[in-house]
Formats: sequence, C-alpha cells, structure tokens
Amino acid sequence: MDTSISFKLKVWRQQDARSEGRFETYEMRDIPTDTSFLEMMDILNEQLIEKGEEPVTFDHDCREGICGMCSLYVNGHPHGPATGATTCQLYMRRFHDGDTITVEPWRSAAFPVIKDLMVNRNAFDQIQQAGGYVSFQTGGAQDANAIPISKEAADEAMDSATCIGCGACVAACKNGSAMLFLSAKVSQFALLPQGRAEAKRRVKAMLAKMDELGFGNCTNTGACAAECPKNIKLSNISRLNREFVCAKCKD
Amino acid sequence: MWLTNSSVGRKVIMSVTGLFLVLFVTFHALMNAVAIISLSAYDAICEFLGANWYAVAGTAVLAGGFAIHIIYAFWLTFQNRKARGNNRYAVNSRPKNVEWASQNMLVLGIIVCCFLILHLFQFWANMQLPELLNNELSPEFRTGEKALETIFGNNNWWVLPVYLIGFAALWFHISHGFWSAFQTLGTANDKWIPRWQCISKWWASIVFIMFAVEAIYFALHFNGIINC
Repeated sequence: MDTSISFKLKVWRQQDARSEGRFETYEMRDIPTDTSFLEMMDILNEQLIEKGEEPVTFDHDCREGICGMCSLYVNGHPHGPATGATTCQLYMRRFHDGDTITVEPWRSAAFPVIKDLMVNRNAFDQIQQAGGYVSFQTGGAQDANAIPISKEAADEAMDSATCIGCGACVAACKNGSAMLFLSAKVSQFALLPQGRAEAKRRVKAMLAKMDELGFGNCTNTGACAAECPKNIKLSNISRLNREFVCAKCKD
Repeated sequence: MWLTNSSVGRKVIMSVTGLFLVLFVTFHALMNAVAIISLSAYDAICEFLGANWYAVAGTAVLAGGFAIHIIYAFWLTFQNRKARGNNRYAVNSRPKNVEWASQNMLVLGIIVCCFLILHLFQFWANMQLPELLNNELSPEFRTGEKALETIFGNNNWWVLPVYLIGFAALWFHISHGFWSAFQTLGTANDKWIPRWQCISKWWASIVFIMFAVEAIYFALHFNGIINC
C-alpha cells in the first residue's frame, strides 16, 4: 500500500453569498495517507498562502467528531465516502493515487454559502431555540430512581441525542429537508418522561420554525439516515410525524 | 389549516390519497381477473359500474383522490426544488439503502399519469362517459367483453407493451409510496420500517403480476392465439 498519494482537488470557491461560485483545481502531491482530510486542506491552504493566494475557507473546530462544525460534500457524499464518520474523521487512505476529489459546500437554500466551503447553519440554532429544550425548574436533583425509565427508551433517547447538528442530512436530501435533524431533537425529549410535559408545544413550534426557514418536505428517501455521521435512525422521522399528527388532532 | 400549512400535514395528504389509490388499483386488478375466469361475470361488473349513481359517486371520489394526489405532488416538488437552492451538486451519488424509486417518484408518477390518460381515452371515454351524456354506446363498447376485444384484439399489438410499461412504473411508484405513507402517518418504528418495506414490495408485485397477466391474457385471447 502506498504511504503517500497524489491527486487533483476540485474545490468550490465563492467570494461571498451573493457572488457566483466556481470550481478551482489544485494538484496535491505526495500527501501521506495517514493525513486526515482536514489536515490535507490545511496543507493546501499553507501552499496557497505561500503563493500569495487566498486560502480556502472551511468550517472546523474540535476535529474529533463531536462538535458538528465540519461539513464538506466530498465526491458526492456529505462528510465524504466513510460511513458513520464526520469529515474530520476521514483519512486520505480512503482515496487513491491519481483520483480527482471534488469538494463542495452543503447546498441548500436554507444554508447560504458564507464563503467557499463555509455555509451559514444558523437555521438549525433557530429551530432549537423554537423548542428544543425543557423549560421547567429542576431545583435540587432528585433521586435517580424516582422516575423509572425503561432501558430501551433511555438508549433510544441517548442515540437521538448524539445528533451533532452538522446539517449532513439537509445536504444529502434531494428535497433539502431537515426532518432527520428535527426528529432527533424532538425524539430525545419525546422518549423521556421529563420531555413529555411540553411535547405537544415543542413539536409544533419546532416544525413550524423549520417550515418557515425554507427547508423542504420529507419524501422518505432515507438518504439523510444513510449519510448521517452519527447514524441517526429513520424511525425518528416517523416518531416526529406521530408526535405532530397527534398534537394537531388533540388541538 | 395544518394539512396545507405544515410540511408534515402536506405529506399526510399525500399518504392518505396515495393509500386510497393503492386500494383502488388493487380492486381494479381483482375485477379484471374476473374477465379471465368468466367473461359474462365481467360484463355484469361493467354493467354495475355504468352510469348508476353509486358508480358515478365512486368515480367522482376517485377522480378527486387522483387530482389531490397529483396537485400535491407538483406543489411539494416545487417547494422541494426551491429548498434545494439554485446551485446543484457537481457530483451526485445515491447512498446504499436508498431506493431508486424513492428519488424519482414524480417522474414515475408522470409515466403512470400518461398511461392513465391513454387508458381513460380507451375505455372510460367510450363506456361511462357516453352513458353520462345520455349518448348511445357504440357497438364495440356495449359490453365489457366487446370493449376488451376492441382495445386488445384486432391485432392492436402496440397496446400490450405500452400497458406493461405503465404497470412497471406503477410497481416502482407503489414499492416506495406504500411504506412511505405508513412512515409519514407515524405508524413505523425500527421494527416496522423493514416490515412495511417488505409488505410494500409484495403488494406492488402482486398488483403488477395481476395486471400484467391479465393484459397478456387479453392480448393473446382476443387476437386468437389462445382459446381458453
């Protein structure tokens, strides 16, 4: 196995939200396969800075798959060809010598490009602010066993809570729908007794906010769940639908 | 009204009308099967579904179901394309576990719709419509048997492949639409998603096989190739 590879990198460059974007091709030489994808982008940027060109803008923060900042649509997949992993957990050993690697920003009307590969995902914050919390006084912590919760419900709520809000579901969806994100955020509370108190208000408010922000309608293609770096399950969307339809019918 | 204002509400409308149409095509296929067993029984069904008030009411509800399903399909697709934005991805790939049909429902629906229009021109426009307008039925369409002979017989060999294409599009459309409807109505979870998907494929296949066998039988029977 080669320890380093050379390839062409096609990167989307766009000055700002209003400018027309275009692809630029860069020749990357002798990149060690142990390099992470974002480190490879760092190498590219150092080369660009040395040449006096403007570096490529892209989102990143923790680089250990928990913060949800990294994005990048690599070769037709959000977070690249690896499954269950974010872009920062993607390594160059996934690619081959002589490949052309295409890197694009998330493309969705609700996620406008800020610059190059960085998009504005503030819409997700707004959806969360619309109801993705519990709003009662908790006071002193009560005994852990005071409210029994089944292992299944606890596990499933925890799985839903692993959503990092990166937006890969929206990027993968041909309809630009944010239903997987929303369903994870609704499910993590809907499954637990503490979340039931405000369940109806929460699902209605969050869904209304999502629709208002211009995300598309879910057609159950399942591309979101297939591309999710945290393996959020499609069954969450059915739970969201159930919560919403029941809440509306009870009005 | 949440059924029009919210994304989930609009999908509920698509699901309910879709399931209604699935039931309709299933009954349609079952009634066609009667023609293979007994042509005189089939004539009786055609007579029953003529211009009687219950048949006309049924046709109106059915047409309403089709109209809502089609209007919502275009409306949802328009909204979804807008949500996707103006810039398309340069590289696209379909992830594993994502059905081809699920991403092409509108195209499949349009093919089914084209087939439906042809089918209505061939049968409905010559059978129930003249009765509604109090016109005389032409002798070629006076009974169900005659109508089948007129359309499939007379060496009209182009009809069979066109019908089979329509049925194939319907198979793909139902194979996704059926389970998708139950997912939208909130009746799915980790256990039931694969179950609905399995039932979906079976249902679509049974409807397809019934329709295909019937069309092939009519084409062979009314062109004198088989005599049973």
